[in-house]
Amino acid sequence: MRTPERLHALAAFVVKELRHILRDRQTLVILLLLPLAQVVLFGFAIRTDVKDIRLAIVDAAPDDASLALRAHFTGNGRFRVVATAAMIEVIEPLFRRGQADVALVIAPGLARALADGTPAQLQLITDASNPNTGTTIQAYAGAVIGAWQIALPGARQGVVIEPQVRMRFNQSLESVNLFVPGLISLVLTLVTAQMTAISLSREKERGTLEILLVSPLRPWQIILGKVAPYLLLAFANVVTAMVAAWLVFQVPFRGSLALLLAASTLYALVGLALGVLIAARTNSQRTAMMGSMIGTMLPSTLLSGMIFPIASLPWPLQLISNIVPARWFIVIVRGIMLKGAGIVHLWQELLVLAVMLTVLLVVAIKSFRARLA
Amino acid sequence: MTLAIEVKDLTRRFGDFTAVDAISVDVQVGEVFGFLGANGAGKTTAIKVLIGLLAPTSGSARVAGFDVVTQSEEVRKRIGYMSQRFSLYDDLTPRENITLYGGIYGLSDLDIRARGTAMLSELGLMQVADKLVSTLPLGWKQKLSFSVAMLHRPAVVFLDEPTGGVDPVTRRQFWEMIYAAAARGTTVFVTTHYMDEAEYCDRLSIMVDGRIAAIGTPAALKAEFGVSSIDEVFVRLARPTTAGAG
Amino acid sequence: MVTQASSPVVIEGVRKTFGSTVALDDVTFDVRAGELFGLVGPDGGGKTTLFRILTTLLVPDAGTATVLGRDVVRDLWEIRKRVGYMPGRFSLYPDLSVEENLRFFASVFGTTIEKGYDIIAPIYAQIEPFKHRRAGQLSGGMKQKLALSCALVHRPELLLLDEPTTGVDAVSRREFWDLLHDLQSSGLTIVVSTPYMDEADRCHRVALVQKGRVLAIDVPGAIGARFPRPLYAVHGVPRHATIEALRAFPHAASVHPFGDTLHYSDAREAHHPPQVIAEVTAWLTTRGIAEMTMSRIAPGIEDAFMALMGDEPGAPA
Repeated sequence: MRTPERLHALAAFVVKELRHILRDRQTLVILLLLPLAQVVLFGFAIRTDVKDIRLAIVDAAPDDASLALRAHFTGNGRFRVVATAAMIEVIEPLFRRGQADVALVIAPGLARALADGTPAQLQLITDASNPNTGTTIQAYAGAVIGAWQIALPGARQGVVIEPQVRMRFNQSLESVNLFVPGLISLVLTLVTAQMTAISLSREKERGTLEILLVSPLRPWQIILGKVAPYLLLAFANVVTAMVAAWLVFQVPFRGSLALLLAASTLYALVGLALGVLIAARTNSQRTAMMGSMIGTMLPSTLLSGMIFPIASLPWPLQLISNIVPARWFIVIVRGIMLKGAGIVHLWQELLVLAVMLTVLLVVAIKSFRARLA
Repeated sequence: MTLAIEVKDLTRRFGDFTAVDAISVDVQVGEVFGFLGANGAGKTTAIKVLIGLLAPTSGSARVAGFDVVTQSEEVRKRIGYMSQRFSLYDDLTPRENITLYGGIYGLSDLDIRARGTAMLSELGLMQVADKLVSTLPLGWKQKLSFSVAMLHRPAVVFLDEPTGGVDPVTRRQFWEMIYAAAARGTTVFVTTHYMDEAEYCDRLSIMVDGRIAAIGTPAALKAEFGVSSIDEVFVRLARPTTAGAG
Repeated sequence: MVTQASSPVVIEGVRKTFGSTVALDDVTFDVRAGELFGLVGPDGGGKTTLFRILTTLLVPDAGTATVLGRDVVRDLWEIRKRVGYMPGRFSLYPDLSVEENLRFFASVFGTTIEKGYDIIAPIYAQIEPFKHRRAGQLSGGMKQKLALSCALVHRPELLLLDEPTTGVDAVSRREFWDLLHDLQSSGLTIVVSTPYMDEADRCHRVALVQKGRVLAIDVPGAIGARFPRPLYAVHGVPRHATIEALRAFPHAASVHPFGDTLHYSDAREAHHPPQVIAEVTAWLTTRGIAEMTMSRIAPGIEDAFMALMGDEPGAPA
């Protein structure tokens, strides 16, 4: 076959694949609405408003200033003081038993520090086993401290107070903003890895793959033809997820859209290669579905830092998380969306994905041989 | 003589489409009855009505003495069903399949064990009784699934294209099992696309466009159409316009 | 005599195993140019494996196979362009229309419906009125014709059809064989497999295949002659009692039901047919089979097949 004929055959394949996708209306609607539904559901699930926050106060040497600050908290209907102690060690068991949500640690000599104009030491410790409420609580507590600061006598208002924010069990600040990149990776994994695995193994079951293999089509044409339409779908999903996140939750977008789409393409290709690999190794739609569930969806959710911070995983899982593409992709998307990071900051993660793609493509094309068995 | 199957003016419509158009058939007890027809002639619909999976639009059908609409529970207890597409669970052993079907039809454990062992040794399958069905040759599977369909000693057994793809010796062994069942008084109602197979039946009917176009013994039908095989009878009836071409 | 070089299919000593199962065991035959060649035998006999080797989908463990003068292992891309293949099921996309299926398979082979139209016209014209219908909604016979059109649209020099008539009604099957004859007479070489002995008569030559071995290769009319003994048709009522009585006859070599008669052969080769008929009649009569007839007949392919397979139905390995 000459090159134009090869391209024509490839185009025909893509058209056929698009028809399969467009005619399976139910699946199509689900796939298109999925990012929207996920962003909205996860977003609201995460954004539970917090009331009745249980506060523990550590005030080693109470003075006028610390008592005034404590009064601000007790006066705020949202906080309930469950313990007051002089030593931080007393607080620890309260967290462990789940009896306190947040601790305010006031270093000795707050009044003097304010008078001298030296930095005052304030620390907020949140139980971040649920990162989202942790963030919200931090925000409320910060607001109370801010109110206290404003109420300080005029001369002292210029003093800088640095409340140290430390979250227990989860040192990074998680929020709906940080969730959206995770959702994007999840949706991409679903439409790429899982959908290609299913549609390729369907051809196997129907016996049409046998004809395709016997035809002059080369394996790369079959794979590319299979994969291209899902790449389009993946693009649509990334954009939907971001628009939904921005409209519903005002999640910012600070970086370059082009870079994000390029990174998504790279990640989608990794997923598609994985899907082809799974289909090549399984014999029915059912096992392909289970395989892609266990092989791609679960790691992308659990080992990617989307829900559980990688640092909080046991070390064997931390090690495994390195080979989960979603882990690297989530870092990239977070960087682009939330920090406006550019390729200078993210080239390492992008390189990791590129290497993964190369390896997977080689393995996928090899296992998807020109022959049966 | 009592009738095993009694169908009167049976009609089944799907919307405007009449799949089965006022057919009437009687099948005697102990008869091997062939139910033939082209793809889409209405055979499958008619069988579904007879085994109680579809309600007729009008007309009546009695199987093993019970009405398929008002007494479908009674009918189901007295019929066996085997199809080429589905009969045994491939991922169970012969013995497990027997236990399952025996249980479904409410046989006692004692009966299941006794009949199961008798069946397996009669079929010469004792040494594979605990191997997975998927590992057995096709011919063995088909003989086994026929025996399993007969486990609860049904009055009427429905066989839907039972012998596809097996070797000629196994196919004959299968038909001999059918004859033996008929000799014991079981009525056998069988569909097939293979006309040489139709000649094994005591009587047969040929369905064309929802109606029964011909019914009788193979010899009588051949004589009636002046041809030497049921294949030719079938071709004349099913596509009168193309008969004789090629 | 056709030389091997011009034979579109030459198979020599081909062996293929899957684990401990021997799918093909030293298979040797060739298909002549312009021939309608049949592979006849039950499922699991190795027919599909053979097709997959010829279509370059599988590599033989031993032996060689050439298709259109090219080696199936080395020259797979050359063979794939020039062969038309219809696998065991009608492998179509049920969610695509008749025309979309055909157009797709044409593109896959680097051609178009229009360029291949004259070759598929006799077949495709029959289903063209339904070209906008989804393939999943076609009847068995129409699916079969569409699958054949798809396998033909790129003008292959060799057509390989694996059980194209399974699950299709008798009339559609007859029409399908007529189409194959038309294609063959236009010069195409066709290899077709079937589990049904009665279809062997529609081929020029057949290979009887059983358990990975070729039992015999010949023109259909000559295969019956491979049956080793005189054969008789016995008709008796009741049938089941007749079978049992005949089996009990001490000199019975084989007893097989054939439609409404039984085919009987006698173990005593020296006995003259009239003598055999007289003895069997007497034996059956004393066993209560009153209504009976018996006559000598010419053995058919199925009789020969059963004799050649040694009355040994698919025993487990």
